[in-house]
Amino acid sequence: MDALFQTTYPVESADYTSAGRASADIKRKLKQLGVGGDVLRRVAVASYEVELNLVIHSLGGELSLSVYPDTVQLVSSDRGPGIPDLEMAMREGYSTANDEARSLGFGAGMGLPNMKRNADDFEIASTVGVGTTITMGFRLN
Amino acid sequence: MDMTRRYHSVQLEKDRCKGCTNCLKRCPTEAIRVHGGRAHILSALCIDCGECIRVCDYHAKIAVTDPMDCVRDWKYTIALPAPSLYGQFRGLARPDFVLEALYRLGFDYVFEVARGADIVTRAIREKLKQPCLPRPLISSACPAVVRLIQVRFPELLDNVVDMRQPMEVAASVARAEFCRIKGCSPEEVGCFFITPCPAKMTAIHNPLGQEKSELNGAISMMEIYGLLLPHIHDMLHDPNYVPATRYGVGWATSNGEAQAVCPENSLSVDGIPNVIRVLEEVENNKLTDLVYLEGNACIGGCVGGPLTFENNYVAENSVRKMVKRMPDTHPDTVVPPSDLNKYPLRNDLPFEPNDAAMLDDNMTEAMRKMQRMNEILERLPGYDCGSCGSPTCAAFAEDIVRGHCTEMDCIHVMKDRLRVMAQEMVELAQTRRE
Repeated sequence: MDALFQTTYPVESADYTSAGRASADIKRKLKQLGVGGDVLRRVAVASYEVELNLVIHSLGGELSLSVYPDTVQLVSSDRGPGIPDLEMAMREGYSTANDEARSLGFGAGMGLPNMKRNADDFEIASTVGVGTTITMGFRLN
Repeated sequence: MDMTRRYHSVQLEKDRCKGCTNCLKRCPTEAIRVHGGRAHILSALCIDCGECIRVCDYHAKIAVTDPMDCVRDWKYTIALPAPSLYGQFRGLARPDFVLEALYRLGFDYVFEVARGADIVTRAIREKLKQPCLPRPLISSACPAVVRLIQVRFPELLDNVVDMRQPMEVAASVARAEFCRIKGCSPEEVGCFFITPCPAKMTAIHNPLGQEKSELNGAISMMEIYGLLLPHIHDMLHDPNYVPATRYGVGWATSNGEAQAVCPENSLSVDGIPNVIRVLEEVENNKLTDLVYLEGNACIGGCVGGPLTFENNYVAENSVRKMVKRMPDTHPDTVVPPSDLNKYPLRNDLPFEPNDAAMLDDNMTEAMRKMQRMNEILERLPGYDCGSCGSPTCAAFAEDIVRGHCTEMDCIHVMKDRLRVMAQEMVELAQTRRE
């Protein structure tokens, strides 16, 4: 089924000054559409985590929001570098964040686990040298 | 829920308004529009923070409070001064000088809201012992902040403490005490809060978390200040006076509540834009290690309220100096556990989300409007100048899809259109007869 509303945000690598803008706009839009309560709270957390992941770990990419009659979908896709060991990356506390990110308080290794916990459906696919795509679905009640 | 015609203390004085963009640009919830040469407050979005009162050079924004005369409508009246009132008097040695001055203005009984704060402090500390509380717990003391959360952060409402405000608790205790002493019935007694802000006035007439307020009205600190001043340095005081603790009094300033409730792990933030930034952090799940969050709409806390007389930094210093002279007793040791069951402390109603941001009740229709909004926004210049009467280009695009204005209300769009028309006229004039 076609999305009733769709919008895409480019997210640049290491751009800490605008980090959080896409997820803030996503939250604002969902509130305007009448998405509230628990779903909004979970989308808020997951969209911020996924946006920050693009800033911290990727070579740049985009985050897109699609709203279907029964689901909110977030898709993050980047241009690399790709994750060599997905199983390891999904572990709580495991992080490959660099010193700059850590000095800003990131890199606790909770990003991907938090996304998985907050989304109703979570899929991640990654190819080293190509990029990573994360698809998250949130069911509207 | 019909939120379009709720009570608001913050009002517009129509004749004074010039229709400038000062308040338009500074309203934290984008609740103001300028149309027909004057400002309009969107009732559903206004949180009564009073920011517009502060920024209006023409004094066209006012806070409606009860006049001093209203005490005449009651057989007995009780004054409940906010602790921020103490900050209005430089060099004030003790709170009871102010309380005595209130008696001299004709109140039958005076009860410190700081004592209510003592009880609430104790009650919140008991609550903090519960397992599995949301983190951080957010204070419900500032009504403007609670309303900000209802309109901009509805998903954080579960984090807000479900406890009544100190003024409400103080009113319950004061009324019960007075009726016991006088042997009168509660209906004969009017309770009046001495308020530093319009948000508290609104919270009395349109309560948060309870059906009906324990208070009957609020008198502005600005109004009562001048009346109190001549009485303030008389050294007479009531020998039966039960003082509030320094912690309860400390609620007058930013960080006072946090220090009383949870000094180990709390954060206090003041000024609406700062509160918004911290709430965004909470929303992003970045502050889960924090136990307690105190947010105040006004810089400096309640001493910075729009209805205070003294400069907020000076007032803060006055409170701090006075508090230092008070004994270091904590509400935990003063408030008996029995008090926690004697008076209503918990809210009877949940804090409801304010869905005024919603574009339409029907989600499909809302999405259609959002799509159109984005298309319109792309055609707008993005100056956020406010000339159209909406605070930003995005808000203007939203106002168009809501049917409140048209694209031609943007002077830049209109100028472009005029330029095209002028060009067409020139071309028309130059056309020769074949």
